[in-house]
Amino acid sequence: MSENERQTGSTLVKRGLAEMLKGGVIMDVVNPEQAKVAEDAGAVAVMALERVPADIRVDGGIARMSDPEMIDGIQAAVTIPVMAKARIGHFVEAQILEALGVDYVDESEVLSPADEAHHIDKWAFTVPFVCGATNLGEALRRISEGACMIRSKGEAGTGNVIEAVRHLRSIIGDIKKIGQADSAELFDWAKQLQAPLPLVQEIAETGTLPVPLFCAGGLATPADAALAMQLGAEAVFVGSGIFKSDDPAPRAKAIVEATTNFADADILAKVSRGLGAPMTGIGMDDTLKFAERGW
Amino acid sequence: MTTPVGVLALQGAFARHIAVLEELGVEAVEVRRPEHLDDVGALVMPGGESTTMSMLLESSGLFDAIEARLDAAMPVFGTCAGLILLASDIADGRPDQRSFAALDISVRRNAYGRQVDSFETDLAVDVIGGMFPAVFIRAPGIEQVGADVDVLASVDGRPVLCRRDHVLAASFHPELSADGRLHRYFIDQVATGVS
Repeated sequence: MSENERQTGSTLVKRGLAEMLKGGVIMDVVNPEQAKVAEDAGAVAVMALERVPADIRVDGGIARMSDPEMIDGIQAAVTIPVMAKARIGHFVEAQILEALGVDYVDESEVLSPADEAHHIDKWAFTVPFVCGATNLGEALRRISEGACMIRSKGEAGTGNVIEAVRHLRSIIGDIKKIGQADSAELFDWAKQLQAPLPLVQEIAETGTLPVPLFCAGGLATPADAALAMQLGAEAVFVGSGIFKSDDPAPRAKAIVEATTNFADADILAKVSRGLGAPMTGIGMDDTLKFAERGW
Repeated sequence: MTTPVGVLALQGAFARHIAVLEELGVEAVEVRRPEHLDDVGALVMPGGESTTMSMLLESSGLFDAIEARLDAAMPVFGTCAGLILLASDIADGRPDQRSFAALDISVRRNAYGRQVDSFETDLAVDVIGGMFPAVFIRAPGIEQVGADVDVLASVDGRPVLCRRDHVLAASFHPELSADGRLHRYFIDQVATGVS
């Protein structure tokens, strides 16, 4: 590279934005007003979508990329990064989102999948991608396809943190086990995880995922956010949990405070007070699991 | 210097700064509460979201504590969002966004565009004796600098690394490059005399 020649879309540049979001809260918003509330509350980014996952569950039907006009409106309303969702495998939705200048594309199981075998080839894009994962193998397959941030999937739109905890424990638990494995065992790990060997070897060497690991899916309270952070997430996504609660603005701010001060129980106790009712939430027994989408 | 360097750890890339400093053999500690400032001789303010950090600086009580230390000439290195927090003037910020005004520069948030415009480039930095691989992520642009501010590096004529006395600020992210020379410069040249 000669002096001042600019290289865009490099791995470092794409993963770098995820580094900047660490310790923060990314909030789902469906209009510019909600985006302002999120920014005012201290969100590090917003996820622009037409319906929050709780409504997608109720409405049923096919969930798709948002209307570009709606994304434009949210981009105009805030100065923080704006993310948007494309369907799994729907690389044209991703091309459109890149053309709109969104800061991150979420190839998301919350929308209806467009391809039952293939995810998007994310290396082909300048815009960075975040993908969901329920376990380490899934996370490494997404990274091998070019994802620059992984979020544990949890179960979006439920207000129920149990799946987020399951997925986070699974991913981080296997990272720890690989850190203890000897070099011969890494081949079997790669086979068991259905993941590329070089990525498994990289984890054995560094003890961490090659990209930032965030948590999503079912977080509804400041305590939920702090739980994810104490379990090892580096930032959190909160979807329906904020704008499906009784009083979104103070809850949003409290979740931001809890994510920063995740290990300080005194602060968690203080910010958890008097927030009104959280989203009602649902049990998992008869729930459609978005997390099972993705291959 | 023998006292630890604090790294503002409310949000953003603070862990990367700590890793770079430790690689250089410098003791680095997280600053999350005002009392964490007591034992540090210098402060690094990392990249992240400046609006989020501004809010958390207020609620944690750190804003006033850091401001008092900066008034007492604590050396500080701000990168990206950290630079915004040090600037005397912020264009395109939120109306309620406070800054420490420790460096007489005018900055514009996201001046280089959205994430698809974020970039890497080789930067000539004479004070470290050569080229530095600089990473710009939704970077702030320095639009004006005061008469007593030294411009240490520029991209296409626009300043990206500035210093005045004990204050060093970069539009880019030296903590993301596998190169500790700018942190070394801060410790050895900017924070000298700190005990």
